[in-house]
Amino acid sequence: MTELPILLGLALSHKVMFGTALLGSMAGIVGSFAVLRGRSLVGDMLAHSALPGIGLAFLILGSRSMLGLSVGALASGLLAIGAVTVIARWTRTKEDAAIGIVLSTFFGAGVVLLSIVQKPGIAGNKAGLDSYLFGEPGNMLTGDLVILSGVGAAVLLVVALLFKEFKLVCFDIDFAQSQGWPTLMLDLLMMASLAVVTIVGLPIVGVILMAAMIILPAATARFWTNRLHLMLLLAAGFGLAAGPLGTYFGKGLPAGASIVLAGASFFVISVLLAPQRGVLAQVLAEYQLRKRMTREHLLRSLYELSESNLPELTKLSLKSVRDYRHWVSLEKLLEQEVEKGTILRDAEHVQLTPLGLRRASELTKAHRLWEMYLVQFANIAPDHVDRDADAIEHLLPEALLLELEQKLADEGRLPYLVAEVPLSPHDLGSGTQDSQR
Amino acid sequence: MQFFSDIVNPSAGTWIVLTGAATNVACAMVGCFLVLRRMSMMGDALSHAVLPGLVVAFLLSGSISIVPLFLGAAAVGLLTTFLTQTLHQYARVPSDASMGVVFTSMFAFGVVLVKKYVAGLHFDIACVYEGSLELVPFAEPIAGLPRPLFTTLLVLLANLVLLIFLWKELKLSSFDANLATTMGFSATALHYLLMTMVAVTTVASFEAVGSILVVAMLIVPAATAHLLCDRLSIMLALSAAVGIAASVLGYWAAIYWDTNIAGMMTVAVGMLYGLAVMFSPRYGICSTLVSNLQMSLRVFREDLLAMLYRVEELDASKPLTAAEARKALGSGWQSRWAMANLFRAGHIDRRGDQLQLTDRGRDDARRLVRSHRLWETYLVEHLGMPLDHVHEPAHRIEHFIDEKMLQELDAELKRKGQDPHGREIPE
Repeated sequence: MTELPILLGLALSHKVMFGTALLGSMAGIVGSFAVLRGRSLVGDMLAHSALPGIGLAFLILGSRSMLGLSVGALASGLLAIGAVTVIARWTRTKEDAAIGIVLSTFFGAGVVLLSIVQKPGIAGNKAGLDSYLFGEPGNMLTGDLVILSGVGAAVLLVVALLFKEFKLVCFDIDFAQSQGWPTLMLDLLMMASLAVVTIVGLPIVGVILMAAMIILPAATARFWTNRLHLMLLLAAGFGLAAGPLGTYFGKGLPAGASIVLAGASFFVISVLLAPQRGVLAQVLAEYQLRKRMTREHLLRSLYELSESNLPELTKLSLKSVRDYRHWVSLEKLLEQEVEKGTILRDAEHVQLTPLGLRRASELTKAHRLWEMYLVQFANIAPDHVDRDADAIEHLLPEALLLELEQKLADEGRLPYLVAEVPLSPHDLGSGTQDSQR
Repeated sequence: MQFFSDIVNPSAGTWIVLTGAATNVACAMVGCFLVLRRMSMMGDALSHAVLPGLVVAFLLSGSISIVPLFLGAAAVGLLTTFLTQTLHQYARVPSDASMGVVFTSMFAFGVVLVKKYVAGLHFDIACVYEGSLELVPFAEPIAGLPRPLFTTLLVLLANLVLLIFLWKELKLSSFDANLATTMGFSATALHYLLMTMVAVTTVASFEAVGSILVVAMLIVPAATAHLLCDRLSIMLALSAAVGIAASVLGYWAAIYWDTNIAGMMTVAVGMLYGLAVMFSPRYGICSTLVSNLQMSLRVFREDLLAMLYRVEELDASKPLTAAEARKALGSGWQSRWAMANLFRAGHIDRRGDQLQLTDRGRDDARRLVRSHRLWETYLVEHLGMPLDHVHEPAHRIEHFIDEKMLQELDAELKRKGQDPHGREIPE
C-alpha cells in the first residue's frame, strides 16, 4: 500500500485520531452484540488467535500489506471460532475453557511462526509485524484509513439491514429459532463482523487493547439504556470519543494503552453515575427504600397499638411505642411524621391523625394480606409469618393485594376503614362493577 | 528475537526442560480448579492484570527480587478478583464482560506505567508475552538452581501445600459451592485464595516462560485431564503429566525447528489436548462417533427384525422383499450395513428376493415386539394417552427396555395378552 498523506490532506496526528475514532465506533457497535450475547471474551480470543494467520500470510506474501495480513488474520480467527464451537459442542470441555485453550494454543503457534518469519535470512520488510502484538497507531497509512472506512461502512450496512434479527438473537435466541429464523447464520454473521473489526484494529491498538475496545464501550453503554438502538449509538459514541481523547491526553504514552484508559474512564464514570444501574443511583434507591420501610413500620405499629379502641384515636404513650419493636432513631422518625401530618405528639404521647390512620390502615392491610398469603399458599406456620411479611410487604403488587383483600374480608379480619371507600358520585358504566366493591 | 542454537548442550537443555516442567505442573495444580469452576478465562485475565502490580512492586522495591514481585502479584490478584466480582454483583455487568473490562484496563494501566517509569530498564513487554526460556541456563543461580527454576519450584511447593491442607474444602467448593457454604466453608474466601494463588503462579512463571505459556498451562493440561478421567486426584496427576510431557515435547520441537521454546511448548500442549479430544476413551470425539454409530446400527437392525416379525404375523405367506425393507428403513449405508450384519449373524435369511426371519432372529424380534406392545399398553393404561399417540414413543423406547423392565411392565400390567390395538403381545 502506498503512502498518500497528501491525498486526504491530513497530518499524521489527525490521521491517527480519525482512524482510532473510526475503529472505536465500529468496535462499540460489534462489541454491543458480543456483550449482549455473553461473548465478551471472544474479541480477546480473536485478537490472540489472529497471530498465526498473520505469520503465515507474511511467509507467503513476504511483505507487510495490511490487506494481505488481515486476510490471513481473519482466516485464522474464523478457524479459532470454529474450533471453539466444535470443542464446546462435541466434548466435555466447557465453553470458557475452550476459549482459553484455543486462544493460548493459537497464540503460541503465532509466536512460533513469527519467530521463524523474523529469522535473519527470510526476505521482506518485517517492520510492523510486532505492531500486531502491541499496536502502533503511528504506522497508520492513508490506505489503512480507506480500509477502515470500508469495513466500517460494511458493518454499519449489515447491522442496519439485520437490526431486527440481531436484536432478537441477542435477547431471545430460542424464540428466534422457534420462529424459524436461521439463528446459526445470524449468530455467525454477528461473530464474523466482530472478527473483521477486531482484525482491522489489531495493527492499530494491539492484541489486548483491541479486546478492550470491543468490551469497554459496549459495557459502558449498557449502563445508560435498556434499548438496543440507543445502546449501539452510545457504544459507538463512547468508542468514537475514546480514540481521540486517548491519543490527545496520552502524548508520549503508548497510544493503544491510553485509548483504552480513556475508554476505561468512561466506564468508571458510568458505573458510578448512570441513572438506574449506576452505583450511586442504586445506593440512593436503597436508602430511600430503607427510609420508606422504617416509616411504614412506624405507622403500622401505631395502628396496631390503637387498634383495640378504633374508631376512637387513642393517645399512646411514647414508652409503649418504644417498647413495641426495635427502632433505630425514633425521635427523628416521629418528627418527620409530625411534619407530614400523620401524627400528633407531645412530650409523652403520640396519636395518629385521621390522615395517619388512613395511611396506617392501608399498610396494615398489606401486611395482613401478605401474612394470609404465606399461611394459605406457602404453608408457613402462623407464628412465623410476621417477620417474613415485614420484609416483603413494601414490595407487593396492587393486583395481589386486591385478590387477597376479598379473602381477608370474608374472614372478617379486614382492618378498619379500608372497606369504607365511598361510592363514586357519577356513573362508572358497566364492566367496572368490581371496582365498586 | 535471538536464537540460541548453541544451547543444545544437554545441561542447558535440561535446565530449560526442568523449568518448563516445573512451571507447567505449578500451573496445572491451580488450573484444574479453574477449569472445574468454569473460570478458565480468569487465568488469562489474571496473567494480564498482574502487570501494574509488577511495575508498582518493582518501582517500590527498586529491584526484581522475588518477594516484592509476589506481594505485588498477590495484591493485584485480590484486587482483580474483587473488582470483577463487585462489578458483576452490584453493577450487574455480565461476568465475562466484567472480567474483560477489568483485566484489559489493568493491563493498559500497566503498559502506561512501564512506558512512563520503567522504560529502558529491565522490563520488556514482548518478554512478558513470549518469555525467555532460552535464557534460563544463564540466570543467576540460587541454591544451585537457575533463578527462574528456583522461583517456580517455590510456587509449585506452595500450591502443593495449599492443595494438601485445603483438599476437601477446595474439592467441595469446586463441585458444589452452595453445599460448601451451607456446611460452613466460605466458598468466597476459597475463591479469593485460589485467585491469589493463580496470580502468584502466573508471576512466578512470567520471567521464564511468559504469559502465553502460563495461560495455556493453566487451562490446557487441566482440560486434557478432564477429558480422560472422572476423579479430581487423578485429574491433578494427569494434568501434571501432561504439563511435563508438553515441556519435553515442546523443547525438543523448538530445538528441531530452531524457534521460540515457550511458544512451541504451548503448541505441544495444544496438540496433546487435540489428541485427547479425538481419542479419549470415554469423552473423545472418536469414541462418541463410534458409539453413536453402533447405536444407530443397532436401532436399524432391531427395526428391521421387528418389521419382519410384524409382516410375518400379518400374513406368513407374503414375506417382505429386500427392496421393500430398504424402502421402509431408508436406503443409507447404515441401513445396508445393518442388514448385512443381520445376514452374517444368521438372524435373517434371503430366499430369492424375499427376507425371512431365522429362528434366532424370530426370538429377538419377538422380544422387541413384546417390549413395544407392553410399552404401548402401559402408556394407554397408566398414563391415559390416546391410542393414536402411543406408537411413536413405543417405537423409540423399545430398543432400551431390558429384561428387568420387561418383567416389571409385565407384572404391572398383570400379564395382559393384548396391546391396546388388539394385537397379541408375544410371550
